[in-house]
Amino acid sequence: MTAAVEVRDVRVSLDRTPILHGVGLRVAAGEWVTVIGPNGAGKSTLLRTIGGLLPFTGSVSLLGTELARLKRRQRARLVATVAQQPVVPQGMVVLDYVLLGRTPYIPPLGRESAADIAAATDVLNRLDLAGFADRPLATLSGGERQRVFLARALAQAAPVLLLDEPTSALDIGHQQEVLELVDQLRHSEGLTVIATMHDLSVAGEYADRLVLMAGGRVVADGPPAEVLTAELLATHYRARVRVIPGDRGPLVVPVRG
Amino acid sequence: MVSNRLRWWWAATGVLAVIVAAVAGLAFGPVGLPPAGVAVEVINLLPGVELSGGLPERQAAIVTQIRLPRVVLGLLVGAMLALAGGAYQGAFRNPLADPYLLGVAAGAGLGVTVAIALSGGQVTTGLPVTVPVAAFAGALGAVLLTYLVGAAGGRDRSPPTLILAGVAVSAFLAALQTYLLQRHIEVIREVYSWLLGRLGGATWHDVRLLLPYAIVVSVILLLLGRELDVLSVGDDEAASLGLHPQRSRYLLLAAASLGTAAAVSVSGLIGFVGIIVPHLVRLLVGSSYRLILPLSMLFGGAFLAIADLAARTVDAPREVPIGVLTAFLGGPFFILVLRTSKRVAM
Repeated sequence: MTAAVEVRDVRVSLDRTPILHGVGLRVAAGEWVTVIGPNGAGKSTLLRTIGGLLPFTGSVSLLGTELARLKRRQRARLVATVAQQPVVPQGMVVLDYVLLGRTPYIPPLGRESAADIAAATDVLNRLDLAGFADRPLATLSGGERQRVFLARALAQAAPVLLLDEPTSALDIGHQQEVLELVDQLRHSEGLTVIATMHDLSVAGEYADRLVLMAGGRVVADGPPAEVLTAELLATHYRARVRVIPGDRGPLVVPVRG
Repeated sequence: MVSNRLRWWWAATGVLAVIVAAVAGLAFGPVGLPPAGVAVEVINLLPGVELSGGLPERQAAIVTQIRLPRVVLGLLVGAMLALAGGAYQGAFRNPLADPYLLGVAAGAGLGVTVAIALSGGQVTTGLPVTVPVAAFAGALGAVLLTYLVGAAGGRDRSPPTLILAGVAVSAFLAALQTYLLQRHIEVIREVYSWLLGRLGGATWHDVRLLLPYAIVVSVILLLLGRELDVLSVGDDEAASLGLHPQRSRYLLLAAASLGTAAAVSVSGLIGFVGIIVPHLVRLLVGSSYRLILPLSMLFGGAFLAIADLAARTVDAPREVPIGVLTAFLGGPFFILVLRTSKRVAM
């Protein structure tokens, strides 16, 4: 079976500093993989590389097609990204913002068709955002905004969804709300999700598989119970933690030594 | 309701503002003329129309050869500066961007100075066609310099950083210009009378010089309105939506600089129109550049035509240089924008 995303021996340098040193990753269609790792491990860089935003050597393929062979608009129809801290344009209302997600379907110099507006409205309805359509994005709360960012990505109708720290700005209740929503959409839309996250317990709860990165390499890859071990976390995070078995994934609790 | 479509009432308000400004600009001046006669003379300019009740020949000449070209030039220059300002603000995602503050006008000014100096000051019969080209080269050089200097600050691309870069570039270019003027003392009067704003001596020649550039620039920038909207979410996001942000930005900057250069080459340096007008329009219609750009053109034209009317009437019979007048309004406005833009990141 063709993988939704296949990354092979990818190397990326930013300002001549090597960030990724030969990363490999295979994500099956419909799978949710969360990339974890300490600050500076290269998680966001990996996500941006898969999203086609950075030059790299090695190979990245989306649904069997090499990234390098895709035109920008074609790529945007296959993979959608929600950045860590998306820019909130001053004064832009929610519907207009979500409509920007239709960009890969609108001819250059063209404008949104009725079908594009219908698609955006449909996404707003599904995400329970219809009441916010005419509100300026800047006036929404953190949790509502995160749903709008997600709505924009979903309006792109791309089978692969990349989420860079989707919950870092949210309180615990809104974290769960957003992640449940993503999981629900993954099943209803058949999405493949690759996320990065800092909260290890939450990461383990929602992902099928965790990928632990450190120093620009993948150092562990497997089901949450295999990756979230006190030993691995001590080695790569230099953290003292207690790992408690949970219903879905292990719970990671920091302790003082 | 999608809020990025141009509603007819906004467009109508803009057109009305242009008409009011044009009528006022034609009707008032040092010589009192009957408004009905002025209207007849203007209508008679249309091909195939010959109304009676026009003005005597000399008064008619005041309307068609002095006031009308001046009003039309004011409308065109105002439209270009406001359009360019709006486009710069979008391309740089910077609410403070303005052709004047980015150093673009200074670059165009240097280009014109070089062109006048090389021609030996023989420009009294009207600007040579090479002037807009020289202005464009200077404008483009200046905006690229500002962009690079602003980017040298690393990741801190806050709005004030770019403007500081623009101020530094302006100072540098002004120094070059002063040096050049010292070396070519014979053209100094020519250049200075141009620098202070030239709407006063406007002729149909100036209008003909500016018009083709104005048309090309407006078409390009108005077509790029949606790309500006996409750019407003950031380069990474724009790229992941399938855009080529850097390529779009260069095209926008080139077009806006061409518009600025063409305006500057016929009118001299007129500041702050590019910041006042798009901001007021944004307050009225929201954030979409598909509305901001066309409406900025209409209101920018009307604004400058009215400003020009004020410039030649407040201290009549003397004229206040129009650049002085717009700066007088624009300075306090800039401070206002600076204060509000700190709170809302663009």
